[in-house]
Amino acid sequence: MTDATSSGGATPRHSSSLLTQDARTLKRNAAESRFRAYGLSAVVIAMLALVFLLGSILHNGSSAFRQTFITLDVYLDPAKLDKKGTGNAEEIRKVTTFGYAPLIAASFEKLFEEEGIGVEGISAKKAGDLISKEGAADLRRFVHEDTTRVGETVSFSFLASGRIDGFFKGRVTMESAERDSNVSPAQLMLAEQLKEAGHLKTSWNWGFLTMADASENRPEAAGLGVAILGSFYMMIVVLVLSLPIGVAASIYLEEFAPKNWITDIIEVNISNLAAVPSIVFGILGLAIFINFAGLPQSAPIVGGLVLTLMTLPTIIIATRASLKAVPPSIRDAALGVGASKMQAVFHHVLPLAAPGILTGTIIGLAQALGETAPLLLIGMVAFVREFPAAPPEGFFDPASALPVQVYNWTQRADPAFVERASGAIIVLLVFLLIMNAIAIVLRRRFERRW
Amino acid sequence: MNAGLVILAVIALATLGYFVGRARALAKAGGDIRGLHSLPNYYGQTVFLFTAVPALLVCVGWLLLQPLYVEHRVSDMITPADIAEGSSQSLVMADIRRIATGLDTAVARGALTGADLSSLSADATDVRALLAGVGVALASEVKGSVLAAAKEYRAATATLKMAMSVVVILIALAGFVLSLRRLRPDFRARNVSETAIKALLILASSVAILTTVGIIFSLVFETANFFGLHSAADFFFGLTWNPQFRGGSDLGILPLLWGTLYVSFVALLFAVPIGLLVAIYLSEYASNRVRTIVKPAVEILAGIPTIVYGLFALITVGPLLRDYFAQPLGLGTSSSSVLTAGLVMGVMLIPFVSSLSDDVINAVPQSMRDGSYGLGATQSETVKQVILPAALPGIVGAILLAASRAIGETMIVVMGAGAAAKLSLNPLEAMTTITVKIVSQLTGDTEFASPETLVAFALGLSLFVVTLGLNVLALYIVRKYREQYE
Repeated sequence: MTDATSSGGATPRHSSSLLTQDARTLKRNAAESRFRAYGLSAVVIAMLALVFLLGSILHNGSSAFRQTFITLDVYLDPAKLDKKGTGNAEEIRKVTTFGYAPLIAASFEKLFEEEGIGVEGISAKKAGDLISKEGAADLRRFVHEDTTRVGETVSFSFLASGRIDGFFKGRVTMESAERDSNVSPAQLMLAEQLKEAGHLKTSWNWGFLTMADASENRPEAAGLGVAILGSFYMMIVVLVLSLPIGVAASIYLEEFAPKNWITDIIEVNISNLAAVPSIVFGILGLAIFINFAGLPQSAPIVGGLVLTLMTLPTIIIATRASLKAVPPSIRDAALGVGASKMQAVFHHVLPLAAPGILTGTIIGLAQALGETAPLLLIGMVAFVREFPAAPPEGFFDPASALPVQVYNWTQRADPAFVERASGAIIVLLVFLLIMNAIAIVLRRRFERRW
Repeated sequence: MNAGLVILAVIALATLGYFVGRARALAKAGGDIRGLHSLPNYYGQTVFLFTAVPALLVCVGWLLLQPLYVEHRVSDMITPADIAEGSSQSLVMADIRRIATGLDTAVARGALTGADLSSLSADATDVRALLAGVGVALASEVKGSVLAAAKEYRAATATLKMAMSVVVILIALAGFVLSLRRLRPDFRARNVSETAIKALLILASSVAILTTVGIIFSLVFETANFFGLHSAADFFFGLTWNPQFRGGSDLGILPLLWGTLYVSFVALLFAVPIGLLVAIYLSEYASNRVRTIVKPAVEILAGIPTIVYGLFALITVGPLLRDYFAQPLGLGTSSSSVLTAGLVMGVMLIPFVSSLSDDVINAVPQSMRDGSYGLGATQSETVKQVILPAALPGIVGAILLAASRAIGETMIVVMGAGAAAKLSLNPLEAMTTITVKIVSQLTGDTEFASPETLVAFALGLSLFVVTLGLNVLALYIVRKYREQYE
């Protein structure tokens, strides 16, 4: 060191002290705090993205859970529904949905007379447009439940049409109604009068969770019932197939497999399968399960099989990790008291690894629940109005799935479907949240640290 | 008999076998458990396995092969004369299948009786109207030979189903009887049943290989069909993508590849710096409290399904970029664009990059940091000059994995990038990707004889090869790097 100072005698010595920072230190410290700020801002950007993402979905979708209803006193006129006056249920059932529209118009007429509600230029018949096109069908179904109701006056709650519903949710305004061929400002004024008279109110909408999908021009009647049921069926298939197969495969690979090239290939395979794009699994499902094996399109069984293949790597990786976490002393002790290898694994290692396996399975199921792309290819996008039957036949009936239903709704023209799609996302996220919460609770409660 | 019922019957028989086997073994040992080689449960288990497993395997194999055999037999009945102009063998086969299911429904609903069916002929009855009555719509009138083929199809399927039920149940019974007869007190039941269980475990772990084989088989097979119908040179080097459903379409992959790479590039440009900085900040700077909040929050981003990101791109980011950037700058008018899809995909990739980089940064030994601090380096200098170079291979691996994710991502680009295949540099214009086109060519009514449908398999194969290559490379790099410090 002394050599260095002596040879460096030519360079001017810094007149520095620890109390005042020289220019170079200042620069280095500035670089330090800049770098820190970059890091912090990256964290902030990531957090903002999360908040913005969830906020926009919640903002757009929360109104889907509320729906505008119009309550009217409807006289179920025997002259219209039971022209022969026989009271025969079969005869009444023959009246088509169109036959019910005059009843709604008549009850509007009565309302206009009795309560002095009314807007110029809106006849009772035109006022019927305030009610969803599904309204007459709902009324018909109501009558079919009990045909003796014909002749009575009932108070019936109709779905308001999509535009009227949008008006009370702020999506439709008087100005936009001017340009809209589906609704006029006069109708909106009538809707406001109905609201003041207490015939129209916006309330919680169970139908969104229980009804089937509806066609393009009646967004107010579209619900998630079929999609939730379809997703549920697929999850059953995934659970029943992927849990045993995944656990069996992991037990073999972790506990029994000899170290040779075959097991190497299997292991590389599994880690690669986990990274194959999901759409490729959809192509596999289309080619093998639908074209080759002849299973029906849009069926939960096909969706479940494809998702099983996608979930298997997740479950295998999680199961192997939790089998590995069980200390070898457990196995040695079991073998030492005379258990066979199989008994040691099934009686001792597997129960100890069970919480980890369950956690991994739930996380795998949550992933499968949100998967969309492969389901598009196996025909789940089809418009399905019928609820699938009870299992096992129901597994082969056409159904929809939650994420696919979201995609389906975004492809439709009416902006009311955007609200529905965001609402469906909220439902999906709630399911995911519940599943992940269960996984976390399981891990916290049962996982043992050795 | 229904296949589900057959399987249930086999399982019921096997369960019965378990209890009978157990009781029989005990009885043979005179009720004294010490006289047996294995615990009584193992005798039951052996009977269960021998009854159920062979029968179920035969059942599954039969179900897979039956449609192939029936189609082969029926397709011999179709003469070239039955194939209408502009139609193909596979379309006629599809018609036959539909007619056969229609006849089944008609019989089930009582619209036809068995006797009616055998005397049914295309000339005497309007089969199309009959089937429309039970909800099966056909595009054209039914020809005599096609109807005969459909009847044959129906008959063969029914006979084979019956035969399968009989064969499977016979195999189950044979397994039941044979394994029961072998039970003796000195029979090594545990060893036998453990070997059988081990074989089942091996079978389960081969599912992963079967899946890969299935993927490769289905992709390669249909891609070969595609190249039989369409020139490979146009596919690989064509600059236009313009499918026409009357034939003569241009199916060049290059515009799609360009869109895919452009979107992935934008996504990585956003995700890599942010993900990396998040990882560095969390592992080097953040206090424990910040870490326990931020880390799970970033992981939430990873757990959100891609359809949610897709909707976010469609209803929020797309219109925002259009109204505040594209239109004022005069660069475009569409809400779906490369930038929309890229940014949203970037958000999706942040947790991916950050958690993988976090792992590799934490794997850099503490002694290297201490050495750097000891020489007087500041924290940022240590990160930039010591930690990052040491972690570089791992980070490159993470970026490659993220790139493969971005290339294979579907829902975000389907909803955010648009559908027009273009070779353009403007990031505010709508472009399309390989995955978008796979979805659009394979959804809706697909007909498996036209190059416009089959091209999706060629696209899928290209996608599979590219992502597989990236994954293998990334895993290789990461694995090699891990060994360095272990």
